[in-house]
Amino acid sequence: MLTLKDVPSGETVTVVKINAEGSMRRRIMDMGITKGSTVLVRKVAPLGDPMEVYVRGYELSLRKSEAEAIDVE
Amino acid sequence: MRKTIALAGNPNCGKTTLFNQLTGSSQKVGNWPGVTIDRKEGEIKKIDAIVVDLPGIYSLSPYSPEEIVSRDYLLYDNPDLVVNIVDATNMERNLYLTSQILDMGIPTVIALNMMDAVEKEGTEIDIEGMSRLLGCKVVGISALRGDGIDELIEAIDSAEEKPNPIALSNNSEKVIRQISEVLRGTVPDERLRWYAVKALERDSLAIEKIGDSWNQVSEFIEAYEKAEDDDSDSIVASERYEAIGKTVSSVLKSGRTPGEYTISDKIDKIVTNKWLGLPIFAGIMFIVYYISITTIGGWGTDWVNDVFFAEMVIPGTESYLESINVDPLLVAFVVDGLLAGVGAVLGFLPQMAVLFLLLVILEDSGYMARIAFIMDRVFRKFGLSGKSFIPLLIGTGCGVPGIMASRTIESERDRKITAMTTTFVPCSAKLPIIALIAGAWFDKSALIALASYFIGILAVLISGIILKKWPSLTGLPSEFIMELPPYRTPGPVAVIKSALSRVWSFVRKAGTFIMLACGIVWFLSAFDWSLALVDDINDSMLANLGNAVTWIFIPLGWGSEWQFTVGTITGLLAKENVIGTFGVLFGYADVAETGVEIWSIIASMVTPIAGFSFLVFNLLCAPCFAAIGAMRRELGTWKATGAAVLYQTTLAYSVSLIIYQIGTLLIYGTFGIWTAISVLVAMTMAYVLISKDPFGQYRKQSAEVTI
Repeated sequence: MLTLKDVPSGETVTVVKINAEGSMRRRIMDMGITKGSTVLVRKVAPLGDPMEVYVRGYELSLRKSEAEAIDVE
Repeated sequence: MRKTIALAGNPNCGKTTLFNQLTGSSQKVGNWPGVTIDRKEGEIKKIDAIVVDLPGIYSLSPYSPEEIVSRDYLLYDNPDLVVNIVDATNMERNLYLTSQILDMGIPTVIALNMMDAVEKEGTEIDIEGMSRLLGCKVVGISALRGDGIDELIEAIDSAEEKPNPIALSNNSEKVIRQISEVLRGTVPDERLRWYAVKALERDSLAIEKIGDSWNQVSEFIEAYEKAEDDDSDSIVASERYEAIGKTVSSVLKSGRTPGEYTISDKIDKIVTNKWLGLPIFAGIMFIVYYISITTIGGWGTDWVNDVFFAEMVIPGTESYLESINVDPLLVAFVVDGLLAGVGAVLGFLPQMAVLFLLLVILEDSGYMARIAFIMDRVFRKFGLSGKSFIPLLIGTGCGVPGIMASRTIESERDRKITAMTTTFVPCSAKLPIIALIAGAWFDKSALIALASYFIGILAVLISGIILKKWPSLTGLPSEFIMELPPYRTPGPVAVIKSALSRVWSFVRKAGTFIMLACGIVWFLSAFDWSLALVDDINDSMLANLGNAVTWIFIPLGWGSEWQFTVGTITGLLAKENVIGTFGVLFGYADVAETGVEIWSIIASMVTPIAGFSFLVFNLLCAPCFAAIGAMRRELGTWKATGAAVLYQTTLAYSVSLIIYQIGTLLIYGTFGIWTAISVLVAMTMAYVLISKDPFGQYRKQSAEVTI
């Protein structure tokens, strides 16, 4: 399964499932990354991590370890 | 009757600016119970109402202290009204919090902020329609320009009706009704929907309210999850966003051309660019440091210390008191004790005011979030945040504003670890000690200064690794799911107000402690045990106490000479005092900043390696009282502050012990019981660093689970 971590900059994907637990799961969903939402990967930080995505009309940054818990297609 | 109004909204939505607009100068800042989050209150004079400013949050999920504080306030403190401030340029995510607030059944007014920016980009919002859909008053405002504030106050004054909650899908509404029936009677009627939705999400607070009937509710939820083929919390979150999406598209006509870059996007492309990002970051950090520590802030602090206090206040007070024939003892107490204490607090203010001004500008402009974005990868391995860079950098100038700068870090764990480790970086007051040691034993070698910075930074990194395994810190989540807000020009009034309120909060919270501690040490150094004033510090209680405890430092190589111990103790007042105390103890009334007069004396007392061990101990041990006071403010309790100081001093002792004992073994070939102990200490440190669970925290937790 493709995760958000592996999506190259400039591509848009749709969220399929959140595989995180507890507060991380809650936080990901609260910030608008929910099942069915559209996410555009903007860029990766100068040192290679974290990454910046565009979701629900705003810019969000998350670590690759967190993006790995988000299944996309 | 006087109304209580809660002000709620996302971070970066202009909440502070609106709070200032509503309440003017009538603000009171305190803390929420149990956490180090500011609680601000103010009055709206026109309509006799109190406004309570809730922390900026994205959701009411009970995971961060900010969210818990806000949720509990809304649930239990029964405000008459919620003013929910919504950023009109970012409606979807802002309305997510709104949808949770509306579930609580509290009368709500929505302040739709940043209408000026919306109009500028040609976007149209049907405010009437929005008000109809949400069942509450909506007022378009621009907090920055002060537009719509009167209308908002009017709406606040007249709003009474309960809002319409944002409805989810039919299936979800059905299960929410089922749960509501079970809950009815156990919670206030107006909160029924909120508790039902929380129960659906399996929130522990709601489960507790349901009690024995949870099995029944649990069956409803399982059947619902099966039908929807997803987890309930995920369904609720996506349906909330879906419903919001529908609301937004029916009331908003965007004036932005799709795909077009805004100015903010263009700035961001440069500022976080793969190649330019780091150089720009370094440049901005240099400017912050240069303005706040080297130039304007530093000049101000020097002026307060060297001119205002040393040349005006102190001599002025002294001659005035003497002219009215006050007892010399009392004069000494006022001048050397009290005023020195006040000076220790006030001396930091200019640097701090300038620094906070710059930090607030960095925050409000949106760049602070990018600092975390750029530096996160470097710092997170050490239990620190990307934003820890600022406290550490400022800490090279002075630890007090450095510690205070850790306030900008959202994650509680990262913030606390940063506040506890900032003073390991040698501050400017420690430079004279470095010069003294380098001059006395090492032929003024620059390597000693280099080694000091190296050891300081190493101590920060090592401590980060150790402290993130510490029982009370390890459970706190460290996440980096963070909004990168659009770049904005900060409003000057808001910037100045926010900087001043932070400075004032330092004076209030840390000031009393610093003055008291300075007073006590002054008292001990000025009197002997019969409470007579001493001429020579050698006869004071402090010298006696130093003599009594100096054996503790014998394994570090310099405890055999009690003057070193007394120097270390007076260093708690301010680190530059070490030199002055040495001067006095060795019979020089006035020594240069580097202590050049006493180099040969102290060099003849102990070995160079012991001198170096003394330096390392003074670099790493408990910081000065002012820094301890600042730490107390960030850590929240005296217990945590005491633990932090104990940790710092233990680390200092261990490192100095290892340096002195192993160094002596290597250079002079001397071996003793302390050499063996120092090897054991080194091994323990290595174990704590490498082991995943050195404090037995996880073992204890898993044992509890098995029981």
